[in-house]
Amino acid sequence: MKTLVIYLMAGHETPELASAVEAGGADVLEIGFPFSDPLADGPVVRRAAERALAAGMRTAACLECLRDVGKRIDLPLVPMTYAALLEAYGWERFASDARAAGATSLIVADLPADEQPELRRVQLVAPTTTDERIALAAEHTDGWLYLVTVTGTTGARSELSPALAPLVERTRRVTDVPLYAGFGVSNPAQAAAAAELADGVVVGSAALLAAEDGPQALEAFVSQLRAALA
Amino acid sequence: MSTGVYGAYGGRYVPETLVPALDELEQGYKLALRDPAFAAELEELGSRYVGRPTPLYDAERFASGGRRILLKREDLCHTGAHKINNAVGQALLATRLGKQRIVAETGAGQHGVATATVCARSGLECVVYMGSEDMRRQHPNVERMRLLGAEVQPVEFGTRTLKEATSEAIRDWISNVETTYYLIGSCVGPHPYPAIVRRLQSVIGREARKQALEMVGRLPEAVVACVGGGSNAIGLFAGFVEDHQVRLVGVEAAGAASLAGGRTAVLHGARSSVLADEDGQILDAHSISAGLDYPGVGPEHAFLRDSGRAEYVTATDEEALAAFHRLAETEGILPALEPAHALARALDLDAEVVLVGLSGRGDKDLGEVLAR
Repeated sequence: MKTLVIYLMAGHETPELASAVEAGGADVLEIGFPFSDPLADGPVVRRAAERALAAGMRTAACLECLRDVGKRIDLPLVPMTYAALLEAYGWERFASDARAAGATSLIVADLPADEQPELRRVQLVAPTTTDERIALAAEHTDGWLYLVTVTGTTGARSELSPALAPLVERTRRVTDVPLYAGFGVSNPAQAAAAAELADGVVVGSAALLAAEDGPQALEAFVSQLRAALA
Repeated sequence: MSTGVYGAYGGRYVPETLVPALDELEQGYKLALRDPAFAAELEELGSRYVGRPTPLYDAERFASGGRRILLKREDLCHTGAHKINNAVGQALLATRLGKQRIVAETGAGQHGVATATVCARSGLECVVYMGSEDMRRQHPNVERMRLLGAEVQPVEFGTRTLKEATSEAIRDWISNVETTYYLIGSCVGPHPYPAIVRRLQSVIGREARKQALEMVGRLPEAVVACVGGGSNAIGLFAGFVEDHQVRLVGVEAAGAASLAGGRTAVLHGARSSVLADEDGQILDAHSISAGLDYPGVGPEHAFLRDSGRAEYVTATDEEALAAFHRLAETEGILPALEPAHALARALDLDAEVVLVGLSGRGDKDLGEVLAR
């Protein structure tokens, strides 16, 4: 069965929303730690980050949120954030405090494999990534590889990116780790199409939009994604 | 460890999508540096298009107390600021890399105008991101860019100034990286941009050093330049950094003092000294001058500060305005508000000969000055 990864922004409602994600049948939950200047993010995640920061979701509060989520659900939890937060908190300290709060790994959106190579994290590869760099990312990655399906930022696209198939093919040649495809996967049809190529999908912006309508709406959306991947 | 580090600063903190483009840029830049045709074309454009060398001017009435203040007149460059030195060079690089579309960010509009100018000259598509607050403050430059054929994209979120415009330009680049060249305006951003911009702006310092020797028979005791992102300062300092008896003084806006008041943080692809809070979240900068209204600074400046080779001080909006009026009334030169910060501090340095980078002219700032 294909893996379904859902992204939520850290916030006061996140524990309740996380339960809905689990009930809907997701396998992994990414929790965004908001940054003021998120270069990899499109408008939906950016707006969610702005709101979270305005609500006081700084690093300590995000770690607390992670801990609260871990108390409620049994899914692997993966914080996703930007280098600026780790630089300020301390790279290793961030990794160890996140682990202590229940994180199983870490994603840093603006940290290519050759920066801070000793920090264990899920590496990202993109359609523009060379074969040499795919090999580097695969060698350093923590558990699975995050395949960025589009040359662009996060957020919904009208169709699944045609760049995913060749990216999966190139990545498969150098590694056996699971490949989860994200960025621009926003509905069950796209999730199903992406899952035919990859081992799993990541849904972020579309999940944030569903979460705006509350836990029930989010659970329904996640269930639809789950059904499409079954 | 990656290349492009200045002590603890610099690096490449960008989404993976951009890394191959940065590698390609670095490769193309290295090839260009080895190609005599590139140097010759840059030289030719410098003299016939930009108007180099720019004069060094002895501002006798502006100076006081027997001190000499020499102004490096980058305000006399085509388009009215030093920004064109960098834009001309990077447009040549873009063409060598086969890119037909240029994106850029602008704060005061000077870099946007310079970029729109070189794109018009080279027949390149040009998109400039500019915060809507800056579009209001620097309206003549918005019109100028449009007349030059550029598309000016308003940035309507956050502080609506240079920080957000830069983020948006980088996001555009991420989305169009195969066809697009990102023409960054200052010595900031991921490697190799800080090195490229420094190299292209170092013509300021090279000329100034030679001119100072000719004019006063010796080197100045101090070289002063304003610092926003820091490109005119890094270019001017480049001419004197090996002359250890020459003080290098960078002047930041008091409300945007990334070096005098910042901390180590990551912004726009590099680790540098940044106005950030203890969690690494970027803080808002505040300055009357849109060109200095930026919470980050080039990584090499952070390195020069830590090493003690350069010192960084601040000037307030009021001090910059006073220097603006003083230069206008004593020398008949309307400076941009950015170098007016450098002029303000040059007046109180304990030195016989001070060389100041007059990085741009003040026409764009008349509205802001008259409103005070």
